[in-house]
Amino acid sequence: MSSSPTRLFTFAAPSRFYGLAGALTPWFWVVAIALSVVGLYIGFFVAPTDATQGDAYRIIFIHVPAAWVSMVLYMAMAFWAGIGWAFKARLASMVARAIAPTGAMFTFVALWSGAFWGKPTWGTWWVWDARLTSYLILLFLYLGYIALVEAIDDTRRADNAGALVALVGAINVPIIYFSVKWWNTLHQGATISATAAPKMASTMLTAMLLMTLACWAYAFAVVLTRTRAIILERERHADWVATLAREGNKQ
Amino acid sequence: MNWNSAAEFFAMGGYGLYVWGSYAVAAAFMLVEPVLAVLRHRRALHAASAAE
Repeated sequence: MSSSPTRLFTFAAPSRFYGLAGALTPWFWVVAIALSVVGLYIGFFVAPTDATQGDAYRIIFIHVPAAWVSMVLYMAMAFWAGIGWAFKARLASMVARAIAPTGAMFTFVALWSGAFWGKPTWGTWWVWDARLTSYLILLFLYLGYIALVEAIDDTRRADNAGALVALVGAINVPIIYFSVKWWNTLHQGATISATAAPKMASTMLTAMLLMTLACWAYAFAVVLTRTRAIILERERHADWVATLAREGNKQ
Repeated sequence: MNWNSAAEFFAMGGYGLYVWGSYAVAAAFMLVEPVLAVLRHRRALHAASAAE
């Protein structure tokens, strides 16, 4: 491979990625905080009270972004785990592992806020319909992936076993997405779709999209920080880490 | 403006428990997770310098 520093795969080297991620992380924090302040302001002070649900609907501004991000994060985790497995790409496997806790966190937040939304609007915290059940399985897939990779001491074998589970489990994401179409569910259908106008007021939509972008910026910031930690843990004995440590824990 | 007073804002039209119950848990997780990630990074740096 060429040694040109501008090639695409330059940042596939953990040492390069470590520096890049460190430089980007503060900006993702700034964006996450700024967008969530604006998004929550619009969501709580500009968007009107819903005619049928009253103010209970305002849970949407955390519920839907968390659910969206958790599902896309799962696909990203499975993708990078698969790349790491197929091409023996160390960094890809590390990124997959770094994504898992954040994905599980967002899945839990979406489940929790969903229960707190279901109680006042449906009269129940939980129901075993197709959407809720398949989405609960997403949480178990995340936790199963984390438990599996942490249980295997050999790093490479753990990454490969995790990749297998992550890839098989990826079938669940389209099932979650289409569950409200394929089955009769208490959970409502899609509010936003690529083929039809959104079925909600534009201020509500704006707040929801801003909160989604805020959650993305948050996810990038946390996953990059965790990836940097994993890189150091695994490359402890590499020269560049020793140099970094000698410089006095500056980063 | 949707609210005439702070009390009205916190009451959320009678849905305060549900709205704030959702956001409180989300906020708690999203404050704790970054702290854990930063601590893990810091621990890894210390371990690397200890291995020196």
